[in-house]
Amino acid sequence: MPIGLESWTLARPEIFLAASTALLLVYGVLRGEGSASFVAVATTIALLVTAVLIFVPYREGTAFASLFVVDRLTGTMKVLMLVGAAIAIPMSRAYFERVQSWRFEYPLLVALSALGMMLMISANDLMSLYVGLELQSLALYVIAAFQRDTVRSTEAGVKYFVLGSVASGMLLFGASLIYGFCGGTAFVQISRALIDGKAGELGTVIGLVFVVAGLAFKIAAVPFHMWTPDVYEGAPTPVTAFFAVAPKIAAISLTVSVLMGPFKPLFPQWQQIIVVVSVLSMALGAFAAIGQPNIKRLMAYSSIGNVGYILLGVASGSEKGIQAMVFYLAIYLVMTLGTFAIILMMQRRNVMVENISDLAGLGRTQPMMAFAMLLFMFSLAGIPPLAGFWAKLYVFMAAIEARLFWPAVLGVLASVVASYYYLRIVKVMYFDEPTEALDRTAFGVTRAVAFAAALIVAVFSLAPQPLSLVAAAAAKGLFP
Amino acid sequence: MSSWPILSLVTFLPLAGALFCMVVNGPKEVVDRNCRSAALITSLVTFLLSLTLWTQFDIAKPGFQFEEKLAWIPSLNIGYHMGIDGISLFFVLLSTLLTPICVLSSWDAVKVRVREYMIAFLVLETFMVGMFCALDLALFYVFFEGVLIPMFLIIGVWGGQRRVYAAFKFFLYTLLGSVLMLLAIIAIYWQLGTSDLPTAFEKLNLPFRWQFWLWLAFFASFAVKVPMWPVHTWLPDAHVEAPTAGSVILAGVLLKMGGYGFIRFSVPLFPEATQYFAPLIFGLSVVAVIYTSLVALVQEDMKKLIAYSSVAHMGFVTIGIYVMNMQAVQGSIFQMLSHGIVSAALFLCVGVVYDRMHTREIAAYGGLVHRMPRYAFVFMFFTLASVGLPGLSGFVGEFLVLVGTFKANTWVAFLAATALITGAAYALWLYRKIIFGELTKDSLKAILDMNRREVAVFLPLVLITLWMGIYPASFLDPMAPAVDKLIGDYNAAIKLAHTASAKP
Repeated sequence: MPIGLESWTLARPEIFLAASTALLLVYGVLRGEGSASFVAVATTIALLVTAVLIFVPYREGTAFASLFVVDRLTGTMKVLMLVGAAIAIPMSRAYFERVQSWRFEYPLLVALSALGMMLMISANDLMSLYVGLELQSLALYVIAAFQRDTVRSTEAGVKYFVLGSVASGMLLFGASLIYGFCGGTAFVQISRALIDGKAGELGTVIGLVFVVAGLAFKIAAVPFHMWTPDVYEGAPTPVTAFFAVAPKIAAISLTVSVLMGPFKPLFPQWQQIIVVVSVLSMALGAFAAIGQPNIKRLMAYSSIGNVGYILLGVASGSEKGIQAMVFYLAIYLVMTLGTFAIILMMQRRNVMVENISDLAGLGRTQPMMAFAMLLFMFSLAGIPPLAGFWAKLYVFMAAIEARLFWPAVLGVLASVVASYYYLRIVKVMYFDEPTEALDRTAFGVTRAVAFAAALIVAVFSLAPQPLSLVAAAAAKGLFP
Repeated sequence: MSSWPILSLVTFLPLAGALFCMVVNGPKEVVDRNCRSAALITSLVTFLLSLTLWTQFDIAKPGFQFEEKLAWIPSLNIGYHMGIDGISLFFVLLSTLLTPICVLSSWDAVKVRVREYMIAFLVLETFMVGMFCALDLALFYVFFEGVLIPMFLIIGVWGGQRRVYAAFKFFLYTLLGSVLMLLAIIAIYWQLGTSDLPTAFEKLNLPFRWQFWLWLAFFASFAVKVPMWPVHTWLPDAHVEAPTAGSVILAGVLLKMGGYGFIRFSVPLFPEATQYFAPLIFGLSVVAVIYTSLVALVQEDMKKLIAYSSVAHMGFVTIGIYVMNMQAVQGSIFQMLSHGIVSAALFLCVGVVYDRMHTREIAAYGGLVHRMPRYAFVFMFFTLASVGLPGLSGFVGEFLVLVGTFKANTWVAFLAATALITGAAYALWLYRKIIFGELTKDSLKAILDMNRREVAVFLPLVLITLWMGIYPASFLDPMAPAVDKLIGDYNAAIKLAHTASAKP
């Protein structure tokens, strides 16, 4: 099949990002170490331009012999992911400069992983899915170990690589089973085979289970979450911030497009799996974080819990559920970036600290920073009128409509348990006596991100409608 | 009716004060002084503004007045719908009255982080007033739950020795109840397609099986708030550890959110379940009334004693609501208002001596009447109001509830009435221990009587208590049409359900 002009137009954001990354790579190699700052700024701009290109002008359809699909859902997810990546790069600069690892490869690796994520989000074939996933993963393995002089960072990179490869292997194995039983790798072929009843259902379901297991690895859902706390703790903090948002968005979007696309006919089968995974993730995210002294580990468990809530929306399998997922991810992005911006500002005598006890008395020593963190914590706990409440509300609305009563009840109970450890951070900041104060950081990107995010979280209740419309429009992509 | 969105103004005006406190800058003393004044002025203006609600309120109408309706999330059919009827009117007034009193009472008592303290109280006021005005389930939930944030901070930052434990217990207990209610709200929304409350009153018609579960979910939330036995254990801890003003708001307004919730949501939305569960409520309430009164008798901490007495008094309220006749429901609402004033005043009384002696132990006091005659009078006045002396507010509520209950169930009325005796016992015992006797303790010999600021705090409360006791009609008349409608709708729904089940 010849590839028409239409394909190139649909893929223009990806092509733009790939081309600019390649150009910047050449520039960086020629200029050497001194080019890091320029490359970082240019990459950020390139990522933002890519985000703009997705919707200006907006086109939808499938491209490259239906390997690649563009619709409102994929577009929205890509924009969210790109915004996360674009903010993560400037937030990293101060950190890496301090540890003397500020190299031009870092922004480029982020951009390459973003490119992989865009392919994942748009995948319409098991082949393109795998290619996108691997491009993303390989870039992420490297940046996890980017602070290569420290043991912790390299250890995190190796752990992530080994476990990630296992996940990829499972996914490939599942894909091959599906290919064998459905007679094709394209999503449309699989879907047609399932609808027509030509597929061997048992084999396909087993294949699907392996694929879901592989994807659960990538989104860090229980029982495939074990790598998360270690990698989150070991990776350099700005990298952790990036890990907590962009790959999550991409992998969840991929999960949805696989489950709701070709495997829609198997909905009753996979719904059970997703419900169990979701409830377990919520519960583990709530209970395991209680005893954590390290704030990055705590955020790892928090992200596992949040994935559980998102999956509850996915498990409802309805248009409402997809809306809830988009809505949740957007708010999760804001809250998480804000929280990590605060964590990045935690330094004492020019050394990064990351224990919760280091925040003691922050309410007195740095009231603004503590107040922002307080907003994030209450928002993550889902207390109204903050943004996090609306995210949870949306998910539970979808779950109740899908008659998932018990998962919803377990979910809210888990959210009460989880609120305990979010409150603990508030307690340390406000109720405890100050110890040695944290350094006052100069005004910079990190501070700006924290305050912008805090503002959004605080006043979101005034106008939840726009985001609700965006989510509704995005969900139309799957339910035309 | 005025075209001003007066309810929104009353609700959100305190936030303007909070915003001012947030941006004010300068040396610490100046900031503290400015924040105190700003909080006092804003809350006073809010109170005066809320008084116009009362003066302009049409007491003949049973429905909602001062309604405001805006599209909030039109794509989900969730609206910003505010309005009050005769029932919520007085709860709004109670909240706006107690906030300036709280600010005034903590004028000298709170010395650290005054700015944050005042912000917390103003934000709290917005949530409380908004909660009583909300006519949309989602909006109600936002306000209802939002209260937790400032209250958690008030207990945790400015509280006593075990404040951290108390703050966590308060937060987690109430959150656990509320999240189940959230699911119930979503279920109603799912049935109805909107979260608008008046629409729900009209159209919601759930089968009994649904009413059963949803009622339980709402019950989980409100029972913790009231609090009913056996989920009351957070209250003594929270009261003891909270600063004085925090206790005042807790006892004065937060407990009423539970009772108000039963009247506003549980009864009209789930009438059959209400009837079905009434014996459960009676049972729990009677246990609460008797058990907590006895527990109060052996307390050594003043605040704990008053906290247990609150549980007992709120037991009357829940009995009255579920008896569902005119006297009992009116009595319940009146009892809530009266308790809101009287127990708030009692906590303020404890605060007066606590500020001087920094202990709440009953054994540390005695013979205060010799040094503090004014204080002795005020304390006596509110002790008697709490006991239910005719002529003061406490009597009217308890009497109405007992009359109404007697008509419905003699045994419940009899058992509840025992609390009048034990109530008098522990309240008078407390009073005797603290005020009377010889002034033997050296530490008390130099204690000063109430100053002008403290008199100013108590004066309005004394006057209102007298007013409510002598001429309760000013309060009962405006709420009568709304209560009448509530009971009428309830009886109609029960009748409909019975005829429906009689001929299948």
